[in-house]
Amino acid sequence: MATPLVQPGHQPPTSDALPEPFAVPPLEPPAAEAAEAGDKKPGLFRLLLRDKFATAAAAVLVLVGLTAVFGPALMGDLATKQNLLFANKPPFNPANGWEYFLGSDSLGRSVLARLVIATRTTVAVALPAVAIALVIGSLWGVWAGYHRGWRETVSMRVADVIMSFPSLLLAVVVLYVFNPSIANIVLILALTRIPIYLRTARAESAELQSRTFVDAARTFGAKPNAIIGRHVVPIVLPTLLTLATLEFCYVMLAESSLSFLGIGIQPPDVSWGLMVSQGRQYLQTAWWLSIFPGLAIVITTIAANMLAAWLRIATDPAQRWRLALPRKRLIARIPAKTVEGDK
Amino acid sequence: MSTVTAAETTTTDRSLPVVLKVEGLNVDLRTPRGTVRAVDNVGFEARAGQTLALLGESGCGKSMTAKAVAGLLDPIADVDGGEILLNGTDLARLSPKQRRKFAGPELGIVFQDALTALNPVYPVGAQLGEAFRIHHGLSAKEAKAKAVDLMRRVGIPEPEARVNAYPHQFSGGMRQRILIAMAVALNPKLLIADEPTTALDVTVQAQIMALLKSLREESDMAVVLITHDLAVVAEEADTVAVMYAGNVVETGRVADVFASPRHPYTKGLLESVPVNAERGAELNSIPGSPPELHKIPAGCVYQDRCPLVQEVCRAERPKLLPVVSKEPAAADGATPRAAACHFSEELDK
Amino acid sequence: MTETRIQSNDRPLIEVDGVTKTFHVAKSASGNSRLRALDGINLSVRRGETLGLVGESGCGKSTLARTLMMLERPDAGAVRFDGTDPFGLRGKELLEWRRRVQMVFQDPFASLNARMTAGEIIAEPWKAHRGLYKTSREREARVRELLHMVGLRPSDAKKSPQEFSGGQRQRIGIARALALNPDVIILDEPVSALDLSVQAQVLNLLNDLQQRLGVSYVFISHDLSVVRHVADRVAVMYLGRIIETGRTEDVFEHPRHPYTAALMSASPKLDVSGAERQRIILQGEIPSPLDPPSGCRFRTRCWKAQDVCAEQAPGSEPAGKDAGHLAECHFPLETLKVRSGELAPMP
Repeated sequence: MATPLVQPGHQPPTSDALPEPFAVPPLEPPAAEAAEAGDKKPGLFRLLLRDKFATAAAAVLVLVGLTAVFGPALMGDLATKQNLLFANKPPFNPANGWEYFLGSDSLGRSVLARLVIATRTTVAVALPAVAIALVIGSLWGVWAGYHRGWRETVSMRVADVIMSFPSLLLAVVVLYVFNPSIANIVLILALTRIPIYLRTARAESAELQSRTFVDAARTFGAKPNAIIGRHVVPIVLPTLLTLATLEFCYVMLAESSLSFLGIGIQPPDVSWGLMVSQGRQYLQTAWWLSIFPGLAIVITTIAANMLAAWLRIATDPAQRWRLALPRKRLIARIPAKTVEGDK
Repeated sequence: MSTVTAAETTTTDRSLPVVLKVEGLNVDLRTPRGTVRAVDNVGFEARAGQTLALLGESGCGKSMTAKAVAGLLDPIADVDGGEILLNGTDLARLSPKQRRKFAGPELGIVFQDALTALNPVYPVGAQLGEAFRIHHGLSAKEAKAKAVDLMRRVGIPEPEARVNAYPHQFSGGMRQRILIAMAVALNPKLLIADEPTTALDVTVQAQIMALLKSLREESDMAVVLITHDLAVVAEEADTVAVMYAGNVVETGRVADVFASPRHPYTKGLLESVPVNAERGAELNSIPGSPPELHKIPAGCVYQDRCPLVQEVCRAERPKLLPVVSKEPAAADGATPRAAACHFSEELDK
Repeated sequence: MTETRIQSNDRPLIEVDGVTKTFHVAKSASGNSRLRALDGINLSVRRGETLGLVGESGCGKSTLARTLMMLERPDAGAVRFDGTDPFGLRGKELLEWRRRVQMVFQDPFASLNARMTAGEIIAEPWKAHRGLYKTSREREARVRELLHMVGLRPSDAKKSPQEFSGGQRQRIGIARALALNPDVIILDEPVSALDLSVQAQVLNLLNDLQQRLGVSYVFISHDLSVVRHVADRVAVMYLGRIIETGRTEDVFEHPRHPYTAALMSASPKLDVSGAERQRIILQGEIPSPLDPPSGCRFRTRCWKAQDVCAEQAPGSEPAGKDAGHLAECHFPLETLKVRSGELAPMP
């Protein structure tokens, strides 16, 4: 009996036993095909716009970035200009002019202008420190976890040593010996944070290297570095990026404690952390000196965290569909598993 | 060494009391894509001393049906209409508290994965004795004595010595025996076994199936066996309900259904089994794969894979109706056969 | 059962000779930490044939597959592929060997990287074998061809694995294995994770591909009915040893090793004729490979075991008229028909 095939390889049952009227009609291709193509893969940016919180977080980060790049030029020397007439002015008083909108310190310098200048320093310290630690720690960890054996053991011991050594003490020693330049601060912060990424990357990589698709790649003759690049890094990366945003917060605070000890950012340079520590002694009389830079740290960190959480889902093909749903349904998203779970 | 004959109690005596009668059972599942019907108007009967198999592929709703009967549905699933009559009491209308009284003395359940179904931090004896402490108010010591009896009953060697051992100290087959012991501890009238041997090797599977059978015969339990394995159904069950996409598509005595299937899905499944085909010969496979729950078509659930499909199949969902067979044997007082197909009579050879 | 014939055209594609593999694990109750997963394995795979490898969990069949794929290195014994030892190969020769031996894995969900599209997955092997298809146009055409060959649509190349069902995913895994035009494919439980109706589709596809491409299969499965359907020859494994091997008909119709007989008897049959069937139900479970029994490994569960079984490991005895049918047993079963119930009553 001539039976039209649905797809090559899908043989319809031979229908000898069936009476003649039941000749096999051509089956339509699954109707789902067209429907699925419709709701498929909107661009990352459009996906972002669907999520209000993630969009807000991204906007905050863009603002911080623009401030760091263009802010100092706009502010000119406003941040260093002393004006004792306007000393210790509280914020939100339009009568003092826009430059004192966020108040002023005991020397009459504009908190707003200092905050803008500090943005650049803060970003210039935290971003490279996080980036260096992320790159070195991740690659090292992924490599150690993939190869296991002595490479893993040695790497983990090194991480343990760095972690067990009080990082502040290390920083004090190094920064006393060398001069506390931004470059040295960045390096010392990066060094002490490498083990965080190293451990996470190693754990995930060690688990991934035993997965079947990694075995499959080995059977093609793919080289270890190619497998790491193709199968391990893309899967570990979202976790590490999320970790990095958390670390961003930690590094900003660490930099401020170094500044507080006098071995961090040196005045007249200023960073958010330094502003917080300088304002700390005026907390009773001029709360705005440390609250605004503190808020800047908190808001930046939360924004980075939210964007990272969103990015983690958006870059995972298995989870991405959740973002394509209307917001309300995201809350009741547990069911999907149970549907598949029925075996 | 023991030998067991695989002869089936092929006659299904209608006079045997019906222990479980499920009728018109619907289970809805709340998913991100909206509410879907995972179990749709399902009905079957399980009689004392007999095994009813719920047969189907993954996602067909067989486990969901069993969980609905046992009252173990996930919070995101709701029973939406239907009756679950266990010895005349409609479980679907009971409050969770009333229902708990049934778990144990009336209804026992055996899960597929014995390792996760046992608590790893308690000795097996304590877990086995729990049922007696809850339902009979026994002391810990009395319960442990009962646990030893149970372990002996399900064929665990040296029960006195092993009653204090932890689940991980048992092999897979032994853990499954312990799970079965827990389920039959209070001599339930109904035992639900959800893929009890899927995780086990064949030689162990045979042991477990023999154990279930002897327990069933000993206490005249009704057994509902949930499985995807046609051969297990053929060997172990008296009656079968074949499920597809949340619907029962065919029911009847196993011997009748497997000898002359009256639903094209059952027929396709039976022909997919490689056992009778010549080596290297083409197997009769069913094209495509089962529909996802949110894409179940209106009309017949099997229409997209069916070789017999006609206009009427796309328009109207066939009801599960008794089939009349040309062979008189199947019609005489045995469990009535039923199939949900517009053309089931055409399949009658 | 060493192969003595060295005629090049008759020579098996894969020869495994006395391969042993020991893993070091945490100490067991008896203080042993050496797990002997493979213990003196001998087997051969001929060109274009399917060798079925049967056994229960923990018998070493997956370790054997991984050894054949060079994912594990044997402690002793030799593997020869087309006459050469792949473990001695380096560089280009090793890469060429990798091309000729490919694998399909059990779990169609775990064996495909969810972050790649089907097309990328199928094309992945060529990243290591750049010489095979030089231009991206050639590669794309070949991906479409492979998709067609395994019964998928060319447009499926752009989809990611989670958009496919289990059976379709396994087709992608098969297409990936075919991408390098291998001579032999190791199939590790390729249909065990699939539903019955889909399982038949994949078995048909494998059969069809073998006929078209002449590729050899090593088909590992615990499902006897599937192995019987696909294999030309079978090897039955128990606790790291091949205890019986021979042509599929011989082994299935006249099993000589008690374990083979028990395995066949235990697996349920789709027979509702009501005919009585005698079943052998073995006592106990496979002993831990950390503490295997002395002498014959099966003796703890065997109903024919005598003192000699504990003292001395049985050698491979030719069984029956076909010289290729070997069983490792001191007391091989006489012509026994499991299915017709002529099994002698056991003590």
